[in-house]
Order: sequence, then C-alpha cells, then structure tokens
Amino acid sequence: MLQDKDRIFTNLYGQNDWKLAGARQRGDWHDTAAILAKGRDAILAEMKASGLRGRGGAGFPTGLKWSFMPKQSDGRPSYLVINGDESEPGTCKDREVMRHEPHKLIESALIASFAMGAHAAYIYIRGEFFREAEHLQYAVDEAYAAGLLGPNAADTGWDFDFYIHRGAGAYICGEETALLESLEGKKGQPRMKPPFPAGVGLYGCPTTVNNVESIAVASTILRRGGAWFSSLGRPNNAGTKLMAISGHVNTPCVFEEELGVPLKEIVEKHGGGVRGGWDNLLAVIPGGCSVPVLPKSVCETVLMDYDSLRAERSGLGTACMIVMDRSTDIIEAIARFSRFFKHESCGQCTPCREGTGWMMRMMDRMVQGRAELEEIDLLEQVTRQVEGNTICALGDAAAWPIQGLIRHFRPEMEARIQHYKAALGSTGLVQVPAQTMPVAAE
Amino acid sequence: MTSSWKPAEQPESFSFDAASEAEIQTVLAKYPPARKASAVMPLLYIAQRQMGRMTGSAWIPLVAMDEIAQRLEMAAIRVYEVASFYTMFNTQPIGRYHLQVCTTTPCWLRGSDDVTQACKKATGITSFGETSQDGLFTLTQVECLGACSNAPILQVDDDFYEDMDASSTEALIAALRDGTRPPPGPAINRNGSAPEGGRKTLLETAGPTPSVTQ
Repeated sequence: MLQDKDRIFTNLYGQNDWKLAGARQRGDWHDTAAILAKGRDAILAEMKASGLRGRGGAGFPTGLKWSFMPKQSDGRPSYLVINGDESEPGTCKDREVMRHEPHKLIESALIASFAMGAHAAYIYIRGEFFREAEHLQYAVDEAYAAGLLGPNAADTGWDFDFYIHRGAGAYICGEETALLESLEGKKGQPRMKPPFPAGVGLYGCPTTVNNVESIAVASTILRRGGAWFSSLGRPNNAGTKLMAISGHVNTPCVFEEELGVPLKEIVEKHGGGVRGGWDNLLAVIPGGCSVPVLPKSVCETVLMDYDSLRAERSGLGTACMIVMDRSTDIIEAIARFSRFFKHESCGQCTPCREGTGWMMRMMDRMVQGRAELEEIDLLEQVTRQVEGNTICALGDAAAWPIQGLIRHFRPEMEARIQHYKAALGSTGLVQVPAQTMPVAAE
Repeated sequence: MTSSWKPAEQPESFSFDAASEAEIQTVLAKYPPARKASAVMPLLYIAQRQMGRMTGSAWIPLVAMDEIAQRLEMAAIRVYEVASFYTMFNTQPIGRYHLQVCTTTPCWLRGSDDVTQACKKATGITSFGETSQDGLFTLTQVECLGACSNAPILQVDDDFYEDMDASSTEALIAALRDGTRPPPGPAINRNGSAPEGGRKTLLETAGPTPSVTQ
C-alpha cells in the first residue's frame, strides 16, 4: 500500500491551508521555471516514461495524448481544456483537488500547456461545484497577483492564462466533445470524431482535454521523475490514483492509493470494512456507475487497476467504488442508474435517446418482477443494440451496468419474477409484436 | 437531457443591475472577442442570481434571455436552447431556498429516501418539483452531485450539506425557515471527505520540498 512519502495530494482533506502560502509550503510553485527549462520534448518524454494513464475513466496514456498536439502552429492557437465536470455516479475525487489543492492544478496546467504549446487553459467545472469553483477562482486570482499566471508566468518565459468556466447540470458535458460544445455556448451534444480535438477542438483549434487529476499530478511527476511514478503500481498500471469509497462501508472517504492493490484490502483499510463484516458484502461497482458490477466472489481477489478489472469484464473507470451489502436490492440499485442515464441522454442519437428509455422502463419492471423470464434476454438484447451504436460513450455506459447485472445476478432477477407471479399471478403483460411497434414508444 | 419548458408568468422587462454589469465584464474578458457566445452560460447564471437578489426567486425570465441574446449577438432561440438544456437554469419561478436531494444509487444506499421524506415533512411539499405554500422552499430531485463519499447529500442553493439523515435535514430546514444558513459540509464528525473519526493517511508531517530532477 502507498506510503505517505509517495502521496501527491498531501492536502487532500483540506487539513492545511489550501491557499498560495500553504501550497508553497507543500512544494507547489517551487522553481517551476526549472521544469519548463527542460524543454517541451523532455517533458513529453518524462510524462510518457511515467506511464500515467488518463484518470477520468478511459485510461488513455496522458503523455501520448499531449504529443498529438501540433509542434508548429499553423496560425491557430492551441488550448488545454481541463475536464472538471465530475458527474459519474460514485465519483467524488476531482472535487477534492479543486477545493483543497487548487495550486497544484494551476501549476500543472501551466506545465502541461507549455508541453503542448498552449497559452490558455480553460477548466470546465460542473455547475453544482459552486464552492469548489470559488476556491479555484481565489487561487487563480492569487496566482495572477503573484505573477504565477499571465505574461511570463512564474518567470518561465511562457505567457499563460487560466480561465474557469462553470457547467450547469449536464452529465453529458463530461464527454470531451460535448464539453467543448458547451464551452462554445451551445447545448452539450457530442461531436462526431474524427476530427479529434487535437486537430479541431475548441473554436476549431487544436485542443487537448484532460481530466483534473491527470493534469494535477504532472507537477509532482516532473519533480520526482517519471521513474518514481512508474515504480509505483504494476506494469501498464503505474502510479498512484485518487480513489473514493461510498455506500455500505463503515467509513466512506476519498484517498490516494497505489494502483494494483487488492480491492479487498482497500475496502478494509480505507473503507473501515463492509458494514456488518466482509461476509455481508454483496457486490462492488469498482469505478463509477458505468463499469459493470462485481459480485463478492470476484471482489475477494481482484486488484484495483486497469488491467485486472478489465480481465473481470469490468473496468477501473474513475476508481471510485460503490460498495453494497447484502441488504441491497441490487436490481433497484442498477435501475437507478438506468433512470440516471435516461435523464442524462442528450437526445442526439436515436439508439441512446430511445434505448435509455426502453432500458429504464424494463428495469423498473424488473425491480417489481413484473416481467416474463424471457424478457431478461430481451433486455440484454436492447443493451447490445445501444452499445457501440452512438456518437459518444453514454450509450455504452447505459448498457454496461445492466449487462453486469444480468451476468452476475440473473438468479435474483428470475427469483423476483417468479415471486411476483406467485404472489399476483401472471403479469398480464402482452408484448407488442415488433412489426406493429408504435412509432413513439413513449 | 430532460428538462421541462412550462410557460410561467413573465415579467415585462429585465435589465442587468450594476453588480451584474461588473460581473459581465469579467466574464466577457475570458473568451476571444469573436467567441462571445461562450459567455451564454455565465450570463444566464448572472441573470438568475440577480432575479434571486431582486425578487427572492432565482429564475430566468424570457426577457432576460432576449437581453443576453442581444448582448452576445446570438439568435434568441440559441439562448432558449441552452437555458432549457441545462438543468441548473430555472426557467420558471422557484422558492427562496432550492432544496435539491440527490437520489442516485450512492446516496440512496445511505438513506436519501429518509432525507427526501424529511424534506417533505418539514416543508409540507408532497412531491418533487413542488414549491411549499409559503413560497420558501422548492424541492427537486437531482442526479449524482459528485460528493458520494459524503452521501447522502442535500444541496441548498450553492451549498452541499453532507452526511445527512432525517433529523439533520429537519434541523437544517428549520434553521433556513428562521433565516439562518448553517455552515455547509458534513453533518457528522469528519473533515471534508476524510474518514469519520479521523484520517487514516497523511499522518506524517509534510516532508521537505522535492527538488527538480535533472
């Protein structure tokens, strides 16, 4: 497990001063010019060597992503856009960075922007994080006053501006191209890719969109070296990661941990154990609601990292886990996610706009057991027709929790249906044959 | 995005006050001059807050959207579109205090049903979306607020009240009714998102400043 000396976010709980004076004491803004003096290529090489993978959920190598930005400007400016639209249910880690480590984020944004030739960065913060945006704005104002932002930022010779943009309650804006649309003053509806943002992003200019945590760790990686970061964790799953634990544990919390630690150890140590003891565990959703649920048998041994969870047909996602004990109605728990995705679908692509509604309505009936046994397969089929058929990954994200439920908890779903039948007789439900399907199902 | 667009009693005119004008100048400076439309969300917020200051109900009337469209040189429909797409813009009047209960799974697992019940009991509201008869409270069901380790969350206007239960919810609403806003944050013994009863990591004092590796 991670030792205190290897933690990046040393003021995670705001136990010390989050403002500039406190941040400087923790080492932020210490000789930033020396980091930039290494040059753009050296910074990119160091970030690649660190093995850092995107911390927002997709896990794409961060250094590689930065290197996609054009080396020579064709006249258009380049932008760094930081994704602080933390909205994935279960996820609450970037909030701590923005409110308790704002200077780490701003300094790292300067370094990252230099490495990709950008003179301006925008951070898109979800609208509900009003107080967090206030903290960050305070820190930005401090940084401008101290000459750490603006022309010749922090004596690095690089001109750099940092702007805060607040969202207004739309999960979809966490998708990078929807975020860019929103930042341009439009509805947050994802763009077709290609072109990718590195070619045509914000205002039609080269843009890199990175998660708050992916950016915020950069200053420490470049101070301590890529080799230090990659020595933590496991090969291809390097470094430390902000994680959170919520649900049925004794002490839900946010914490920083090394990747590759057994999930069970994390639940025991940071979560203070499952409510009622480990044997009372039913299931864990390991990384935000989009990744499929894991039953207790898998939780016994699985490691918390990208590859281990992928091997169990789930994913690390945001590494913010939701723990459920045996008192949980697992079907209702997943049905709530279906309602969530129905609510948050932007309505652009038909499979998602209609599919999330279909899945929600079927899941609502599954909660009651008011369904036929064959409908479990039908539901699975619906998820397959949404998955992979939409512009962005929201359709996939809506499909996966249900697929995970069916994969691991089918007997519970069947028992619910049989119980309903036994108590109330047949459902009396007649499925509309496909060929006479009404045009608007709602 | 599901968001309703119901006609509300609309005021005849709207103009930004001095405080709002100052904020608008700050906002416009953030975006390239040719990209003024980027300021549409910030300006909608500014209008909404001004309505809150002036009338006690933070919402955005159509005339305010028209004013924003004119300022940002956008078609009015583009502003309506944005205002109706995002759930945090209130397109109809709401109560003085906006009670927003998160009911997504992480909050539900830790008792958001109790928080909802307590809100209804303390305000007399019977279902989500309603405003209490005294006009003080509007109760809204919201999706994940992104503070799941401090679940369940009750958001009141800009503030998160965390680790709530029925009794802390009722106490909070009673305080709001008396015109005081208790400090936001966890209702139980914990510091931010640290574990209840004290943090388990970051126990060593801060080490020396790491030097830049060459």
